[in-house]
Amino acid sequence: MVTTTEYLILAAALFTIGVIGVLTRRNIIIIFMSIELILNAVNINLVAFSNYWQQFTGQIYALFVITVAAAEAAVGLGIIIALFRNKETVNADEIDLLKW
Amino acid sequence: MQTIVFFIFAFIAVAAAINMLVQKHPIHSALSLIVVMAMLSIFYVMLYAEFLAVVQVIVYAGAIMVLFVFVIMLLNPREESHRTRQNRFLLVAGVPLGLCLMAEIVILLRRAPLGENETGRQLVGTTEAVGRVLFTDYLLPFEFISVLILIAILGAVVLTKREL
Repeated sequence: MVTTTEYLILAAALFTIGVIGVLTRRNIIIIFMSIELILNAVNINLVAFSNYWQQFTGQIYALFVITVAAAEAAVGLGIIIALFRNKETVNADEIDLLKW
Repeated sequence: MQTIVFFIFAFIAVAAAINMLVQKHPIHSALSLIVVMAMLSIFYVMLYAEFLAVVQVIVYAGAIMVLFVFVIMLLNPREESHRTRQNRFLLVAGVPLGLCLMAEIVILLRRAPLGENETGRQLVGTTEAVGRVLFTDYLLPFEFISVLILIAILGAVVLTKREL
């Protein structure tokens, strides 16, 4: 029988993969996709607990997370395009305007 | 039966997520991420969250990932040809730390196992049921989130202007 704990462990695995992606990859598009993966892992948690407590709150919250992810994707990809136009790179190591 | 289905799709989801990381070209990563999104939609169906499963496919696979693929094709970035020394340091440091995080979460979850669900009944997240809750109890957050979407549209338009 699949219990809530299994879903939570699956979510933890996807979350960890996303964190490793943010930490190790230097392509900002792939870092961005890793962030999407992290948000999705959190959504599994919310829906699993919604099923566990038999309340809709978790599902509504997951819906809001999806909405925020969509808004974030639009703005983030806009930033990536603006960056690429100015610096001609998608490598996070070469984008060091705020470093001194 | 449900257990077998769960473990098959969990394996596919984790494999696709790892594939997303190891692929060199962003377009392959994006396609792997679409597979992960589809698997998550299946998990939502198994958790009786039907509306969210549909929303997951429409919004994530249908809208967000299409946006990603558009941007990747627009920028057409080259494959990461050489891994610098700093890059290898990140790999050596990041993967074990990530696995430590994973181990910690799993140990904590194993210590306090949760069962199926508390009550005997089964709540099904149909469009009607979710919509009823969304437009009564959560009406104010819903209105706020629409304002957020509007701001995001304006932000995306301003950011992609030519003279930025």
